[in-house]
Amino acid sequence: MEVLQLLISGISQGCVYGLIAMGFVLIYKATEMVNFAQGDMMMLGAYLAYTWINIAGMPFVLGVVATIVSLAIVGVLIERILLRPMIGEPPFAVLMITIGLGFMLRAFAGAVWGTETKAVSNPFSGNVIRLGDISIGYENMAIILGTVILCALLFAFFRFTRLGIAMQAASQNQLAAYYVGIPVKRIYSLVWAMSAALAAVAGVLVAPISLVEPVMGFIGVKAFAAAIVGGFGSLPGAIIGGLIVGIAEQFAGLYLPPGFADTTAYAILLIMLFLRPEGLFATMQKKKV
Amino acid sequence: MRFVLKTRYQQDINLFLHNGQRFWYALLALSVLAAPWFLDRFFLGELSLVFIYAIAGIGLMLLVGYTGLVSLGHAAFLAIGAYTHTWCLQRGVPLPLSILFAGLLSAVAGIMIGRPTLRMTGIYLAIATLAFAIVVEQLIAHWESVTGGYRGIVVPKPELFGYSLSGSWPFYYLCLACVTGCLFLALNLLRSPTGRALAAIRDSEISAQSMGINLANAKSTAFAISAAFTGVAGALFAHKLGYLSPDAFTLLTSIQLLLMVVVGGLGSLHGVFFGAIFIVLLPQLLAISRDLLPAAVAQLPGLEPGVFGLILVLVLIYEPLGMYGRWLKIRQYFSEFPLYRKSTHKRQKSYLRTERVR
Repeated sequence: MEVLQLLISGISQGCVYGLIAMGFVLIYKATEMVNFAQGDMMMLGAYLAYTWINIAGMPFVLGVVATIVSLAIVGVLIERILLRPMIGEPPFAVLMITIGLGFMLRAFAGAVWGTETKAVSNPFSGNVIRLGDISIGYENMAIILGTVILCALLFAFFRFTRLGIAMQAASQNQLAAYYVGIPVKRIYSLVWAMSAALAAVAGVLVAPISLVEPVMGFIGVKAFAAAIVGGFGSLPGAIIGGLIVGIAEQFAGLYLPPGFADTTAYAILLIMLFLRPEGLFATMQKKKV
Repeated sequence: MRFVLKTRYQQDINLFLHNGQRFWYALLALSVLAAPWFLDRFFLGELSLVFIYAIAGIGLMLLVGYTGLVSLGHAAFLAIGAYTHTWCLQRGVPLPLSILFAGLLSAVAGIMIGRPTLRMTGIYLAIATLAFAIVVEQLIAHWESVTGGYRGIVVPKPELFGYSLSGSWPFYYLCLACVTGCLFLALNLLRSPTGRALAAIRDSEISAQSMGINLANAKSTAFAISAAFTGVAGALFAHKLGYLSPDAFTLLTSIQLLLMVVVGGLGSLHGVFFGAIFIVLLPQLLAISRDLLPAAVAQLPGLEPGVFGLILVLVLIYEPLGMYGRWLKIRQYFSEFPLYRKSTHKRQKSYLRTERVR
C-alpha cells in the first residue's frame, strides 16, 4: 500500500514537472528557443493567482481565467521586448536572455509580493478521495487531470490545426515558412502567449501543494530534466519524462539516504544524457549538409 | 590607423602585432607589478579577486567565446578546484603542486561530464553542466568527511617554501603569477592548431568537420582545458574566501561567471579582464547605489541577482560583443574619424533551420 501511495504522489509531482516541461517543449517546438524562465513564469502565475483570488477577491474560476489572461499578456510583452530583437541570433544568446529573464522575474516577484510565502485559497485543499487504504488529495487529482487534458489539447493542436502546423513549420525552416506566407513573428508572439498561459495553469495547480514564494521557479530546472528525458520537442515525452522524474524522486526520498531525493532528477538527467542523449521520444537527427 | 606590413608568415601568430602594442602591454605589466606600492589593502584585495575571476573567466571564455559551447555549471569546477586544493593542503602537499592537482582534477571532471554530452547540441551541454553543478553542490553538502558539509572547512593559509603568502602583498603576487601563467597558456593555445580548431568549431561545426577536425576530441579538449583553468581559479578562490561551504558555489556563481564573459565581450581575452573588473565592481557599485536610492527600492530582497539578470539581457540585446566590442568600436571611430560608418558592425542575422524531424 505504501508503494501505491508513493506512486500516486509521484505521479502528481511528475505531472507538475510535466506541465512545466510542456511549456519548454511548446516554445522549443515552435521557435527552437529554450525558455529557461519557464519555472519562473509558473511562479509568476501562482503570484498572479494569489493577487486575483486572495487580494482582489475574485471567485476561483474567474480568478484562474484572469491569471491565464494576464500571464499570457506578460508572455507576449516578454516576447516583444526581449525575444523579438534576438530572432536570428545564435541559440545560446537566446538561452542566456531567458536566464537573465528568470533572475529578473524572481527579483520582481520578491519586490512586489515580498519574500514571505503565500497561499492561494482554492476549492481543492483538504478534500480527499479514499480508495481502500490509499488517499488522494483533490489538489493532486486536479493536477493529474489538468495535465492530461492540457497534454491532449496541445497534442491535437499541433497535429490537427492549421495554426499548430504553421508553428511547426516556422520552427523547422524560418525562411521557407516566410515564403509560404506564415507570419513568423506573429506566430512567435502567439507561442509565447500560449506557453505563458500554460505556465499560469501550472502555477494555479501547483499553488495548493507547494508554497508560493519567489524561488519556487527552481522547480523548472527539474522540469527541464523531465523534458530532456522525454526527448526535447515531444509533448507526450515531456509528460512521461515528468512522471519518471516525479516517481523516481518519491521513491528515492523513501529508500535512499537524505539528500538523494533532491538530486534524483539531475542524476536521471545525467544518466539519460550518457545513455540516450536524444531522449526517449527522439525528435532530433544528425544534421546533414 | 596603423597598417602592419606582413613579410613573414610568422607574423600572423606573433603575440604582439607591432611595437605600439608591446609598449602599452609593458606599461600595463609595470603598473600591475607596482600596484602594491600605491594601492591600499582593500583595493589590492579587490585586484587579487579580479585576477582570480579572470583565471576562471579565461577558462570559460575558451569554452563559450572560442568553442561556442555554453556551460551553466562552471561553479562546480570552481568548487572542485577549491575543495581539492584545500584537501591537498591539509595533507601537506606544497602549494604549487596542490594548485596543479586542483586544475587536473577539475579537468578530469570536465572530461567525464563533457565527453558523453558533447555529441549533442549546445543546449544539451548547458543543461548537463547545470545538472552536474547541482549534483556537485549536493555532494559537497553531504560528503561531510571530506568537505565538512554545510559546516564548511577552514582553508589552510597559503605557504611557499616556508614563507607565508597570506598577507595582501604576497597573495596579490601569487594571483598575479597565476593569472599571467594562465593568460600565456591560453594565448599560446589560441594560436596553436588546437585553438584554431576550436574557433573553427564555433563558426561552423560542419565545415570544421570537413576540414578534418575530430569534433568530439576537440570539444572534449576545450572542455577539459576550460575546467582546468577554472579549477586553478577555484584553488586561489579558496584562499580568498578562507572558509569553504557549499553555498559559495551555487547556480548564481555559475551565472556570475557566464555574465562575466558575456559582459566583457565574447571571443576575446581582453573581454575576460573587463568582465572580471565588472563583476568585482558591481557589488560595490550596488552597495553605493543602495545608499543613494530611496529606502523602499534599496531594501528590496534579491536586488543583486535581478540587476545581474537585467545587465545580462541588456548586453545581449544591445552589445553582444560586450565591453571589449564597444571599446573596439570607440577606438575605430577615432582612428577613422570622419569616415566611421555605423553599419560596419551591423550584426549578421541568420534564418533558423531545425535539426528536428517532426
